[in-house]
Amino acid sequence: MREITFAEATMEAMAEEMERDSRVFLMGEDIARQGGIFGQFKGLPQKFGFDRVRDTPISETAIVGAGIGAALAGMRPVVDMHFVDFITVAMDEVVNQMAKIRYMFGGQCKVPMVLRAPDGAARSAAAQHSQSLEAWFVHVPGLKVVIPSNPADAKGLLKAAIRDDNPVLYFENKDLFRMKGPVPDGEFLVPIGKANVVREGRDVTIVSYSITLHKALKAADKLAEEGIEAEVIDLRTIVPLDKETIFASVKKTKHLVIAHEATKNGGVGSEVAAVVAEEMIDYLDGPIKRVGAKFVPIPFSPALEPLMLPQIEDIVAAVKEIC
Amino acid sequence: MEFSQEQLEAFYRTMYTIRSFEEKINDLFLAGEIPGFVHLYIGEEAVATGVMANLRKTDYITSTHRGHGHTIAKGADLKRMMAEIFGKRTGYCRGKGGSMHIADFSIGMLGANGVVGGGFNLAVGAALAAKLMGTDQVAVCFFGDGASNRGTFHEGLNMAAVWKLPVVFVCENNQYASTTPYRTTTSVENIADRAIGYGIPGVVVDGNDVFAVYEAAQAAVERARSGGGPTLLEAKTYRIKGHFVGDPELYRTRQEVEEHLENDDPLKNFRRQVLAASRLSERELAEIEAQVREEIEEAVDFARKSPFPAPEELFEDLYVESGEAACGK
Ligand SMILES: Cc1ncc(C[n+]2csc(CCOP(=O)(O)OP(=O)(O)O)c2C)c(N)n1
Ligand SMILES: [Mg+2]
Repeated sequence: MREITFAEATMEAMAEEMERDSRVFLMGEDIARQGGIFGQFKGLPQKFGFDRVRDTPISETAIVGAGIGAALAGMRPVVDMHFVDFITVAMDEVVNQMAKIRYMFGGQCKVPMVLRAPDGAARSAAAQHSQSLEAWFVHVPGLKVVIPSNPADAKGLLKAAIRDDNPVLYFENKDLFRMKGPVPDGEFLVPIGKANVVREGRDVTIVSYSITLHKALKAADKLAEEGIEAEVIDLRTIVPLDKETIFASVKKTKHLVIAHEATKNGGVGSEVAAVVAEEMIDYLDGPIKRVGAKFVPIPFSPALEPLMLPQIEDIVAAVKEIC
Repeated sequence: MEFSQEQLEAFYRTMYTIRSFEEKINDLFLAGEIPGFVHLYIGEEAVATGVMANLRKTDYITSTHRGHGHTIAKGADLKRMMAEIFGKRTGYCRGKGGSMHIADFSIGMLGANGVVGGGFNLAVGAALAAKLMGTDQVAVCFFGDGASNRGTFHEGLNMAAVWKLPVVFVCENNQYASTTPYRTTTSVENIADRAIGYGIPGVVVDGNDVFAVYEAAQAAVERARSGGGPTLLEAKTYRIKGHFVGDPELYRTRQEVEEHLENDDPLKNFRRQVLAASRLSERELAEIEAQVREEIEEAVDFARKSPFPAPEELFEDLYVESGEAACGK
């Protein structure tokens, strides 16, 4: 199979969906003239024009709010947040409007909109340009949340998100944009709500997603050298959560570790742990372990940044504590 | 400007419907028949009426926590409105929204909003959709004097202006944001003065005169529809009732309200004008009033007799289940 980068995969998804459906359009800061900070929109305005791929003012409430308004009026907007950190500026729009409008109005309308948000700590961007904030949106009914770990899923999930009639938050890790991987040619969709068992094993389940999935896989390699066979699950979607896949794995391995780059406290790991504890505790042979970022803002210095982020060794250590 | 007999009757019918609807809500709320809390539009009827008379069914509006008047003037069904306010399943939102969240997407009413200043950018987005689709639809955003101090006001006006979107921003300056007189929180005498910051026309109009509102809105809507971009229209008006039903109104004197009621009530203004010009007679006005009151009684009756939502409806309407198949309504 051909190999392309994660950024190219998202670009293909955008182009195919814009080709297919004239209601799809894209807006955000520095996406048209610059092509996106990570080059993830390069070439799109040349293909579709600067009306359908539009640079916006630095007005996050207006960007998200107008996306919602356009969706209510029949369009299918894809809105880029620049950095996930700036979604904080538009929380009313995301939490009180985008997520609730359909329910509040008794199903009269829908908000078929995708909010794309680059996240993750990369190259000393410090506390306000490095976060992973997906957990906040697990708490808000009405949203769907997807978070791919590789180019194929990036393409398939983005296309699925664009075609979904619900508001979807699409988190894309900045350091993954340059990652190359096999992506099927042409039409390729990844269903929202389906996790992926990326590596099978009998001794422990490691649930992860996005960039940390790759650390989990490396941890699994190391553990295998010591005779521990880890099963690694890529969640891909965190709302709605694919409980079935997690439960089936936990039933088999009887041990669970969840690993992600977002802050451990109140993270997606806490939710997965709680769900498993509530419904599967009888199958577990030990405590559930969470691996995530330390409870501190992301520091600038290259000497400090790696210390606060979860590393391969942390995942290995967590597994060894319970296996 | 010349107004036809039909227009005059329509103005009065709309204003009187809003007034009576709100008075009825007031009574029903005090009688304990309505849950939650309600914000009444009494005193501001000329604004919604004058603006909406310039709109088509396919044009969009966004509204506020004080949204009954906008909804009625856009042409919503009184029965379904009343049922929603009662929390019944026959209501516009099947009982999920209530007074602060009535919407009717079939007439371009994109919803009231419980978040002050939450509607600006929804209107901007609807106008952007119209522009991208090449229709000549217009979006009107209603908001209060208080809302004009939200950041969303600035972001929305700038975006609409720079993209020349077909939006009319209608500020209903009713002198107060909850308990706070706008002069104590607002850096300008006229909120319309802020238009200069966005390079768009800012127009002040007497919001208690339906004819003046109609004319000002006509120019703004025409400008928006023909590609001229947005206008900021400020209607100076007055909230005759409390901020919400049950408001002790400690921030103003009874005398202030009485004086306004006596001298500048939009319905009285209208009656005075049409009677003096012999355009409508007392009898014709009374006929309209009787019809409206009957309609409102029917709406109350409908709401009372309607069932509450069933427990299994709790989770309904959250997500669209069917994916793309359900597109295009
Ligand atoms: C963002 C936000 N802040 C505060 C409130 C509480 N609140 C509801 S109505 C209101 C006053 C709004 O004043 P104005 O915009 O002038 O509208 P009016 O009530 O006069 O119609 C306030 C403060 C809210 N609903 N939303
Ligand atoms: Mg006010």
